[in-house]
Amino acid sequence: MKILLKNGHIIEPHSGLDLLADILIVDGIIEKIGTKISVGASIQKYELDGKIVAPGFMDMHVHLREPGYEHKETIETGLAAAASGGFSAVCCMPNTNPPIDDASVVKYIKEKAAKVKNGLVDVFPVAAATKGREGNELSPMMELAEAGAVAFSDDGSPIENSEVMKRAMEYADMVGKIIIQHPEDRSLTKGGVMNEGFVSTSIGLPPMPAIAEEIMIMRDVMIAEYANTRYHAAHISTAGSVEIIRQAKKRGLKVTCEVTPHHFTLTEEVVRSFDTNTKMNPPLRTQEDIEAIKAGLKDGTIDVIASDHAPHSFDEKEVEFLEAPFGIVGLETALGLAVTELVHPKILSINQLIEKFSINPRKILNLPVIKISMGEKANLTIIDTEKEWRVDVSKFKSKSKNSPFNGRILKGKSCGIINSGIFCL
Amino acid sequence: MPITSRHLLGLEGVPKEDIQLILDTATTFREVLDRPIKRVPTLQGKTIVNLFFESSTRTRISFELAERRLSADVVNFAVAGSSVAKGETLKDTARNIEAMKIDMVVVRHSSPGAALFLSRVVNANVINAGDGTHEHPTQALLDMYTIREKFGKLEGLHVCIVGDISHSRVALSNIYGLQIMGATVSVCGPKTLIPKDIEKLGVRVYYNVEEAIRNTDILNVLRIQLERQDRSFFPSTREYHNYFGITKEKLEKAVKPITIMHPGPINRDVEISADVADGENSVILQQVLNGVAVRMAVLYLLGTGEGK
Repeated sequence: MKILLKNGHIIEPHSGLDLLADILIVDGIIEKIGTKISVGASIQKYELDGKIVAPGFMDMHVHLREPGYEHKETIETGLAAAASGGFSAVCCMPNTNPPIDDASVVKYIKEKAAKVKNGLVDVFPVAAATKGREGNELSPMMELAEAGAVAFSDDGSPIENSEVMKRAMEYADMVGKIIIQHPEDRSLTKGGVMNEGFVSTSIGLPPMPAIAEEIMIMRDVMIAEYANTRYHAAHISTAGSVEIIRQAKKRGLKVTCEVTPHHFTLTEEVVRSFDTNTKMNPPLRTQEDIEAIKAGLKDGTIDVIASDHAPHSFDEKEVEFLEAPFGIVGLETALGLAVTELVHPKILSINQLIEKFSINPRKILNLPVIKISMGEKANLTIIDTEKEWRVDVSKFKSKSKNSPFNGRILKGKSCGIINSGIFCL
Repeated sequence: MPITSRHLLGLEGVPKEDIQLILDTATTFREVLDRPIKRVPTLQGKTIVNLFFESSTRTRISFELAERRLSADVVNFAVAGSSVAKGETLKDTARNIEAMKIDMVVVRHSSPGAALFLSRVVNANVINAGDGTHEHPTQALLDMYTIREKFGKLEGLHVCIVGDISHSRVALSNIYGLQIMGATVSVCGPKTLIPKDIEKLGVRVYYNVEEAIRNTDILNVLRIQLERQDRSFFPSTREYHNYFGITKEKLEKAVKPITIMHPGPINRDVEISADVADGENSVILQQVLNGVAVRMAVLYLLGTGEGK
């Protein structure tokens, strides 16, 4: 199959590519990049009118929910949501049932994912760091890695025991993988459902202080330094966390982190509505935290933007605030929010956006970085940064609609991905 | 002038006129309670359900009495042995009960925001009888009524709330209500039971009772929830009583006699000594009586009102 993309603004920061050109893709391989490529009438042609063609985006923090919670999301619906949101790759988190702590589960997910639209979206499972995600005994990391796990995490739960964390980092490091921590000192967040501060005090919701996250990251950074390993903090949300990571990087430690779009877009003020779609862990923080996160994104302290896509069914969220599960869907709004909140206000350049959505996640996971050049596999995300659209959860491809952004106007949208020889517009 | 809301979910942001109206209306019903026949036909034909998801003696009886004295039909619901115990959600419980043509719902629930949630899923008027650690508006209204009864006003008075502020819906509703009515509010308790940033609500914070009561007119003493002690918010009830308990000895150091309130139930000789609870400046039992009148006023105004 041949596809011609006409007049795309090709940006590939890794090799410094930035030009307006056509791309000819034959059987999934980039055959030619150039101006005015002429081809026969039998070829599918797409006029891009200067829209951005970037190396395929990856969301390195996604809950696909399968196996075990197929009423929230399945691999098929989750990947449809990813494709629709502009992601040609996702990492899926291990808090499934059974958890991804056994090679058979890694294989099950990979095989199932490969069949969805012939492998349009690549799935890279993140396996549990400890058995049953219980934080006690190490999971069989070598076997899991061999089956295809790209990193280890007990996500949803922190690895609380310092000794277990140290061993997990050492063992994973030997396998060439990174530990991704859900940073939370649970002795400080017991019963909590929102950020601790003026808003929690005003509406009487049990609080989770910012220091619960910061203490855990601080401890983990110290362990990573001592063990001389890499470390990745998932979904950081506070100004203090940004500063801890910044200082760690200044000292030359191999520490990385990610942030979600909701943590740079919404503050805890929206929780006053008691809308359960404002309940997530880590919780929404303050405007000061948002400013610090934006500064951290800009200066490179924060490496990655990841959605923490956490689908829950309507009925699960249609309950009292304390009873509701934490989390929101994010695959189909992540790119739009990032362009709206970061690129248009000139906090990030397009190049930086591409780094945080495509290059950095792959570097952190030791995966090959996607290149746009002749002879390479076509793995592309096409972005219209000027497209204004209204978020409508009823149109989501995800099985779940739990988003606080329903009705919000965004400027910037993915208009398609190409991967595995398949073009999804 | 009608009340401006269809529900009473909390006192935060409620217009002063509404609070004034409830308190004035309660005065009328307070007189009814002194009559030999304590019943008026105001809510005849209306059906009210008391949805109590948490155990409660005083508040539930107070609401039920208020409802019956307004001649409403009353249905009581308690969680034990109910459909909730069988796993039904709050939304389903409420909608099923409403399908039986209920006009008003009085709800007590452990989750903050539960009353607001109910008001979104049912058409009946919803009255919050305490939602977790959020608000307990009728308690604050009866507290304000009791203060107004004794002092003839609310404006310019100084009320100090002592105890577990972090886990108190009574404290939060009192802070909102009293501030709207022009009173000054301070809080006092161990630092571990004072929620973060509460001074941003415009209240003064004290960690020393003697200092706190120096210039206050009223002390509202909160119950120490002994069931929370598993998380060790303070070392022992003995130490609490010695340093934060309201005793005659501590009150004698105040410049003027201080009116003593307590939302009940009391832990005698923990947060308050028996002689203070039963003393001449205590209005604790008046609070209980006024509670019925205030709840009658709220039920009447919402049940017959045309609020939006």
